[in-house]
Amino acid sequence: MPDLLLELFSEEIPARMQRKAAQDLQSLVTNALVERGLLYEGAGAWATPRRIALHIAGLPAVGQDVREERKGPRVGAPDGAIQGFLKGAGLSSIDQAQVVSDPKKGEFYVAVIEKPGQPTLDVLAEVLPRIIQNFPWPKSMRWGAASAQPGAMRWVRPLHSIVATFGPETEEPQVVPFSVGGVTAGNETRGHRFMAKGAGFPGPIQVKRFDDYVAVLEKAKVILDTDRRKDIILAEARNLAFAQGLELVEDEGLLEEVAGLVEWPVVLMGAFEEEFLAIPPEVIRATIRANQKCFVLKKADGALANRFILVSNIVAPDRGAAIIAGNERVVRARLSDARHFWQTDQRPMPDYRERADTKHLKPLEQRLQKLIDSRSVFHEKLGTQGERVERLVELAGKIALAIGADGGLATRAARLAKADLTTEMVGEFPELQGLMGRYYAAAEGEDPRVAAALEDHYKPLGPSDRTPTAPVSVTVALADKLDTLAGFWAIDEKPTGSKDPYALRRAALGVIRLVLENDLRLPLVEICQEAEPEGAKRAAPRMPEEFAGRVVSSDAVSLLEFFHDRLKVFLRDQGYSHDLIDAVLSLGDQDDLLLVVRRVAALKQFLDTADGKSLLAGVKRAANILRIEEKKDGASYDAAADASLLQADEEKALFTALGAAREAAEAAVKREDYQGAMTALAALRGPVDAFFEAVTVNADDAALRANRLRLLAGIREATRAIADFSRIEG
Amino acid sequence: MTGSDQSSPKRSFQGLILTLHEFWAKQGCVILQPYDMEVGAGTFHPATTLRALGPKPWKAAYVQPSRRPTDGRYGENPNRLQHYYQYQVILKPNPPNLQELYLASLEAIGVDLALHDVRFVEDDWESPTLGAWGLGWECWCDGMEVSQFTYFQQVAGVECAPVAGELTYGLERLAMYVQGVERVYDLNFNGGEGDDKVTYGDVFLQAEQEFSAFNFEYADTDILFRHFADAENECKRLLEAGARADGRHGLAMPAYDQCIKASHAFNLLDARGVISVTERQSYILRVRELAKACGAAWLRTEGGGAAA
Repeated sequence: MPDLLLELFSEEIPARMQRKAAQDLQSLVTNALVERGLLYEGAGAWATPRRIALHIAGLPAVGQDVREERKGPRVGAPDGAIQGFLKGAGLSSIDQAQVVSDPKKGEFYVAVIEKPGQPTLDVLAEVLPRIIQNFPWPKSMRWGAASAQPGAMRWVRPLHSIVATFGPETEEPQVVPFSVGGVTAGNETRGHRFMAKGAGFPGPIQVKRFDDYVAVLEKAKVILDTDRRKDIILAEARNLAFAQGLELVEDEGLLEEVAGLVEWPVVLMGAFEEEFLAIPPEVIRATIRANQKCFVLKKADGALANRFILVSNIVAPDRGAAIIAGNERVVRARLSDARHFWQTDQRPMPDYRERADTKHLKPLEQRLQKLIDSRSVFHEKLGTQGERVERLVELAGKIALAIGADGGLATRAARLAKADLTTEMVGEFPELQGLMGRYYAAAEGEDPRVAAALEDHYKPLGPSDRTPTAPVSVTVALADKLDTLAGFWAIDEKPTGSKDPYALRRAALGVIRLVLENDLRLPLVEICQEAEPEGAKRAAPRMPEEFAGRVVSSDAVSLLEFFHDRLKVFLRDQGYSHDLIDAVLSLGDQDDLLLVVRRVAALKQFLDTADGKSLLAGVKRAANILRIEEKKDGASYDAAADASLLQADEEKALFTALGAAREAAEAAVKREDYQGAMTALAALRGPVDAFFEAVTVNADDAALRANRLRLLAGIREATRAIADFSRIEG
Repeated sequence: MTGSDQSSPKRSFQGLILTLHEFWAKQGCVILQPYDMEVGAGTFHPATTLRALGPKPWKAAYVQPSRRPTDGRYGENPNRLQHYYQYQVILKPNPPNLQELYLASLEAIGVDLALHDVRFVEDDWESPTLGAWGLGWECWCDGMEVSQFTYFQQVAGVECAPVAGELTYGLERLAMYVQGVERVYDLNFNGGEGDDKVTYGDVFLQAEQEFSAFNFEYADTDILFRHFADAENECKRLLEAGARADGRHGLAMPAYDQCIKASHAFNLLDARGVISVTERQSYILRVRELAKACGAAWLRTEGGGAAA
């Protein structure tokens, strides 16, 4: 069976786009072939900085013949109908149609249309240029003289050549005949930009099929497979580190990027002056990583070493001496800059050290003053960064009170939380925000809990990020997120669909994790209402709503629903099905996330027991009957059952059990002992089962029937102490 | 020691410039002199901004002194300068072998491509004030960015048709690399030795000190705000006055000069720290509006390819 080899050779493709481009190429081509009935045995796609390549193995040489029978008019039909039939079926005369007779319909014409399978080569020639022309690059461009014309070809960078060969292993493959954007497909590729010539490939290299393509590229100093390049880099880097008694600080993102910057990885080690190690290790790493795309190394004790790993693209005759020297020079310059920032940030600022109102301030406080003075805007409707700091301080004070953190430290940390935004270091490396605040605060003698909170208040940043646990950190982390959420809610900038430009979902998840992982009792609605910015409230007065007997803003309520949605996603990932969560949330007024989760957990545990399953079935049965009968009667049976009307032993027993279970469950819920509440409900299983076994609800006596329905409502009501069982599936 | 040794790019800063001139002249470029106005980058030279627009082929190379007031460090930083030189090459349409030409130019100035690791690292270029963007790379030599390589897609808000290729060499950095010098002020400027040697510091250190003070401390912000407003008004007036009844424009280039002036006044105001973050955006937009209008006017001139 023949194979396809496709290579699109261009100028350097951004590293971050290569892997996705290879995957896209594979799925677009294979999907197009499958759509035309061409199945294949296997496919793979690869990328280097200068090419994306695709191999599809085991394609048929020719597509399957298609035979279609098309029913026509009956024999002797009017000429117009016959002509229409001929035209539609592509026949030139009615003699070419067959006559079929049918006992019911009589004789009629049938056209048999046989489409011979199209040669795969032709299909490829038709499909490939279209895919290439419409390739989904994140950003693409026009180039060269052809770009003067409208509709000119676009590619990620100028496209120079295309290899497209098709054929079986035993024969000389054919070139798929097509052109796109002025490039005609052929069978010539190129090796490494700088080393191919020295390896004996000064010009274009002819290839036949995938096997010899990979092999000849390797001879021409190109390793096609990104993962192999990554493996080489990682192995070499570890070896070089090991030889110096050091350990590589691994960095998957950087590794992937670096592997996308070379066709032939050559790993080298450079060094910088020991004195730079006085700079915080995160800064050194950020500098070397972001600017130089190099790895850092650590010593046995975990401290950074004054060495770095660089990955070059050539084997140089001086064993890389010049390359290392060049990289060292740049790393040195970068670290000098970083050290300059580090030192400058810890000194009073020129404009502030002389001003009467600021000269007494510590350096970090001066940066805060600068942030305020700059009137830099947080969001045009939510005021300046300075105003935001004031809100954070106020909110942190309230949250500290609610969760029992030290209010003085929490408000101090909230005040300084954003001060590092005006430091030189954070200006240069925005990803170091928070961390630099911690370093600078610690250096000027702030309480260690305050310093830690400056770093931690941004956390957790993602599902895998660490959640702060220190009370002061937790307080400021909550304040930061809740201020953001309440603010954007108040100005109606809520996330929609895939759009969440202010990362509000992440902020809400952060709040959820902070609350749950620290076992915090936080009245969310109240705090969110506190967090609503004054200006926004004035700008758009909201309709008040009722929440747990209190009047609150509609934004606080709608924000609570957003938290509930996020909580569902979070709990689903932990193995709780959405209906359990709905069953608890639908009780209403659930703004204590910790209690919601405890209820859900107890409920899940209960429903995993035989008692739970059976009770659930009973409650659902009761609810179903009630729903039907209440609808029929147009009446509600929520009132308590009348003890004097009870007849059967089973209903008497249920009545007694309901009273006891409900009382016990409600008392347990009040104690927040949800396990206890479940145990209380479990006692209902026997009486409920016995009741349904022995008692006819729809008795002839109307009073008796109504009382029994009230008894059923009692079951529903008793279980509502913990959740709305009717919402639970199964 | 012969004169030609002195003008080797490895020996002198000026030798580097002369070598690049010679290289790009051979490729058919007109070798222009710097534009006689204060600009932030070589791209602002009308030989790039305006000539990148319209259908007419164009090849040019020139040195452009560039001013970035906020980068001033009073002569104390070994790399950062508020005034420095860019070597600018523009080829419209870009030839298919522009990358090879660029690499050959590096070889011409003494970078041995077998010994040094040259890489094209993604860097999409955008100039908010010029309403321009393009795709391309930072060109790295042993981990140091020595050039910017851009395929212009849009300039002054107008799609480039055809696309021009732009190369920008950071001359000081490149010279430091080729001469093996750690501090920009130590660069040998003229290739002389002993008493005959003139360094980059001899030529520019005092200027860096004085202009840093000017940029950060002494530039009169009221005057600068006035300059900005004057240039903006003059630009608009010229754009209006130059528009002829037959559809052509007769004052596109003088109008663009005023756009450059406004841009530089903005840069100085920015360095003085008197423009807030929100205002900053609106100033950038105002300059961009001027640039776009100038680009549109240029397309109505002969140079911009308007039919006679």
